[in-house]
Amino acid sequence: MEISYFPGCTLKTNGRNFEGTALPLLELFDIHAKELDDWYCCGVSFSQSADNLMQQIAPIRTLVKAKESGNTRLLTLCAMCYNTLQRAIFFIKSDEDKRDIIHDFMYREGTKFYGDEVEVVHLLTLLKEIGSEEIKKRVKKKVDEFKIAPYYGCMLLRPKEVAIDSSNAPEIMEEILEAAGCETTYFPFKTECCASYQIVNNSEIVKARTKKIVNSAVKNGADVIVLSCPLCFYNLDEIQIEIKKEDKNFKTIPVLYFTQILALLMGIKSEVNNFSLHYIDPTPVLKRKGLL
Amino acid sequence: MPGKIVINDKTIAFLEKIIELSGETITLCDQCGTCSGGCPVIHEMDITPSQMMHKVQLGQEDVLESKTMWLCASCNTCTVRCPRGLDVAKVAEALRQVKLRQSIDNVDLNSIPKEDLRELPPIAIIAANRKMIS
Ligand code: SF4
Ligand code: SF4
Repeated sequence: MEISYFPGCTLKTNGRNFEGTALPLLELFDIHAKELDDWYCCGVSFSQSADNLMQQIAPIRTLVKAKESGNTRLLTLCAMCYNTLQRAIFFIKSDEDKRDIIHDFMYREGTKFYGDEVEVVHLLTLLKEIGSEEIKKRVKKKVDEFKIAPYYGCMLLRPKEVAIDSSNAPEIMEEILEAAGCETTYFPFKTECCASYQIVNNSEIVKARTKKIVNSAVKNGADVIVLSCPLCFYNLDEIQIEIKKEDKNFKTIPVLYFTQILALLMGIKSEVNNFSLHYIDPTPVLKRKGLL
Repeated sequence: MPGKIVINDKTIAFLEKIIELSGETITLCDQCGTCSGGCPVIHEMDITPSQMMHKVQLGQEDVLESKTMWLCASCNTCTVRCPRGLDVAKVAEALRQVKLRQSIDNVDLNSIPKEDLRELPPIAIIAANRKMIS
């Protein structure tokens, strides 16, 4: 099966460990993610002002490209791409007048997008569709006493109309990891915000958030945190180094994309993990647990 | 001494402008405080999200001088919890837009050391650009 795929800006740079593990993983299920031709950034953060249609053009152009690809499903790995594209679909479907203005603005661009032609699918949803049985069949390694704390953050869950699972009590990542034989740990900060783009000029806020999130995962016995957003990844991973400099008692924890764990369990060569992209080195714990 | 609440054409025009920009019926807010209770960045704010909503209801333009709208991380925690179905994140965006449309930015990327900019993922820089730079 082939599915159209939109990587977004960060999976080709800081997030190479995410794309590098997710795509070979899908191949194991005979799913080929075909990257859209000539794509560009979706705009990252959905425009929330009612009259600013200009900021809707980037995600809509991406959806136009997906429509032109001929495949009705568009796969995203990045949680922020998922959110922005999904919200753009709701936006274009919910307001005909604004849709007409956008079509008019893009009148030289041939293909018009109305909202129903493309379905944006996040990788977690796709894996859930594939199902526990198929996931189980592909697992080659067994791990014992390796506690994984799935962290969802915001963009997969909020607002409600784009949520891939319950906004308050999501379980989708747990279901997939448990199907692959992992043990997951609940921690109450799993749907809390890491402070997102505030990292650019307010890193102290991200520090305060990360400290709470990490402490909560550690106190609940986690060995690693896994997630699906390249911005959460940076905020949770890099900032721990800064926190540690200020607080020697702070206990750090490795952060990984959930696909990295699955790829290791399914015997995909470990090089695709690009461990050099991690700030807190996950290799010692992965070695201890027999995954490396 | 708390100031006297003044309602006049100017305050009403400001409220109407923010309603238009956000698309939210801000007058519905009953000040329950749920948005403030769950906000992840409230500890850094000078007024809480619910106070921001109240100030907009009263048409108090000095809300534009508060840091709160810039600190909102658009996490939508309040959006999914507001019992009145209001989207506070959209109101914060509307307030930012009032400033941004006058070319008043909140971030100067030139002031961030080049090494830091190189280290940051593109996703962070682009999102900050969209929210805080005109
Ligand atoms: S949660 Fe809604 S009703 Fe309550 S204070 Fe916030 S905006 Fe107002
Ligand atoms: S969207 Fe903004 S105001 Fe609402 S909870 Fe998140 S950071 Fe706070």
